Amino acid sequence: MADTPNDVANPDRRNFLVLSTMTMAGIGAAAGGVGLIRTMTPTRDVAGGSVIEVSLEGISEGSGIIATAGRKKYSIRRRTADEIAAAVADDDSPMRDPQPDSDRVKRPEWLVLRLQCPHLGCPPQGTTAGEKRGEFGGYFCPCHNSQFDTSGRIRKGPSPANLPVPKYFFASDDMIVIGKEA
Amino acid sequence: MAGSRSPFTNPFLKGFDERLPILRAVHYSMTKHAYPKNLNYWWNFGSISGIMLLVMIVTGLFLAMHYKPSVQEDTYGINQAFRSVEHIMRDVKGGMFLRYIHSVGASFFFIAVIFHLFRSLYYGSYKAPRELLWILGCVILILMMAIAFLGYSLVWGVMSFAAAEVITQVFTAIPVLGDDILMLLRGGEDVDDALLNRFFALHFLLPFILAGVVILHILTLQTVGSNNPLGVDIKSKKDTVSFHPYYTFKDIFGLSVFFTIYMAVVAWAPERLAEAINNQPTDYNLPSHIVPEWYLLPFYAILKVFTWDLNIFGLVITGKQLGALAMGGSLGILFLLPWLDTSPVRSARFRPLYRMAFWGFVLTCVILALVGAQTSGEAFFIPTPLGRILLGFEAENGFVWGSTQQWGVLFMLYYFAFFIVLMPVLGLFERTRTLPASISEPVLPSSQGGGAVAAAAAAAAKPMTKAD
Repeated sequence: MADTPNDVANPDRRNFLVLSTMTMAGIGAAAGGVGLIRTMTPTRDVAGGSVIEVSLEGISEGSGIIATAGRKKYSIRRRTADEIAAAVADDDSPMRDPQPDSDRVKRPEWLVLRLQCPHLGCPPQGTTAGEKRGEFGGYFCPCHNSQFDTSGRIRKGPSPANLPVPKYFFASDDMIVIGKEA
Repeated sequence: MAGSRSPFTNPFLKGFDERLPILRAVHYSMTKHAYPKNLNYWWNFGSISGIMLLVMIVTGLFLAMHYKPSVQEDTYGINQAFRSVEHIMRDVKGGMFLRYIHSVGASFFFIAVIFHLFRSLYYGSYKAPRELLWILGCVILILMMAIAFLGYSLVWGVMSFAAAEVITQVFTAIPVLGDDILMLLRGGEDVDDALLNRFFALHFLLPFILAGVVILHILTLQTVGSNNPLGVDIKSKKDTVSFHPYYTFKDIFGLSVFFTIYMAVVAWAPERLAEAINNQPTDYNLPSHIVPEWYLLPFYAILKVFTWDLNIFGLVITGKQLGALAMGGSLGILFLLPWLDTSPVRSARFRPLYRMAFWGFVLTCVILALVGAQTSGEAFFIPTPLGRILLGFEAENGFVWGSTQQWGVLFMLYYFAFFIVLMPVLGLFERTRTLPASISEPVLPSSQGGGAVAAAAAAAAKPMTKAD
């Protein structure tokens, strides 16, 4: 063959050309890659569809309802005075994920939670009066026996965190909007 | 190669290569394989085609993440498949760009492959010892046509439906088994949900099969070696260079030019090569004027020019069967090309008669494409730019003469005559020009001369200093 690639008169020049070519190719590949990955991000019709309005009319004290937005479930529970008192009294008890009850509600009467156990994602029971509520009178996850209190805080069992409080606000006294802040 | 020593000094590369010697295989093929040093820019289209396949597979994968192969209609009467394509165009971030890279990419993939194919034809790259290389190329072409047709159907627009309806119907031309094959293709009586689902599955699978055939094509190429514009074999090391850096950079340059044009079309004229009517969801009625994508037009022309039946002593072959046979034959005959061409000379540079026959064949493909695009039974229309080239004068609104049918039959006959008559006969009677003794002989002074050879050898040894 005429010559081998290493046999060049000016290796610095060759190295510069090779490096700059590869840099440009790298930038091009990265830009293309970013564009391709970007096509995988959620589209607006999927990303925007999870805000719901829920009417609170007809929910009696001590019971609650489950609201659904897309695939997400929310628990809206109207707590009794005893349940509120129990939750506040336990604020200083040793807990895995300590949080005062006042940080978890906007109006003490209404407890609004994302109904998904932080352990492995099962829906805990306890929203309506007839469901099993566990040792602390709050929620009970049937999958792996996590027990939550009347503020939805983890008290016993494998869950690493409290039941999450979603974004919500009271549109009026008997209407809440879940999925965004006011 | 497993016995050879690793060429790498970097400990990671060396260690990896000693355990799985694929790096040295690439290194060997890039730097140690001898390529003819006179390859011109027509030789760029092989690597461009390979890159286009990669582009199509990558963009196709990301499109498949959003596409839904379902004919179920929403309240507006728009089917899900079409809706999901529109969703890609409107909602997915960068989706319009992604889809146009893919749809325009199909055209540019064909452009690259067509240049590659005609280059082989012109320079005789299909002749011994490259018969298998050529046959694998033919397999690639047919797979590409199948994949392009399947992909076009997925949009489920007006023309998608027409394509699926007409092309699956072609199979009913097969005697006895035709109707059963149609059932298997469609998964039912009609072109419907079952067909769309299996077309999507096949459109996803076949490109990977294609990639496998491409790898065989490249391995065959590395075994038999590249042909070159002179068509003479490599005689000595003076005739060759390594792939890297010589052809890597020549290919990168060609690729850059090709991609500049490709991206310009994607950005400014993405629908230019497409049928506008396919931007409507199908209502399951066939449009009055059915045309395939441009790269399938010559074959579509051959399919539709047969309007008469053939009666051989009572055995009737219908026009439909003749059309299907001819279309299949127009592709099948490519496989026989290495044995139809009787000339020992490869390159058309030294074959004056074959060169004319070749350009006649190129013209034939263009005319057949026009026939394929026009309505059968009407007057044949030659658009102005082509008329200017062919006829040397400019008509006011293009040029009309004869019927589409007549032009179609005439040029279909040339298509087949080129392979069956001209290829064997020219090889026997043509007076070819004198071939050079070697690749370097026409450019280097006579190898017997003293001083000239020394100067040439010195130049060959240090080409970079000469360039400085």
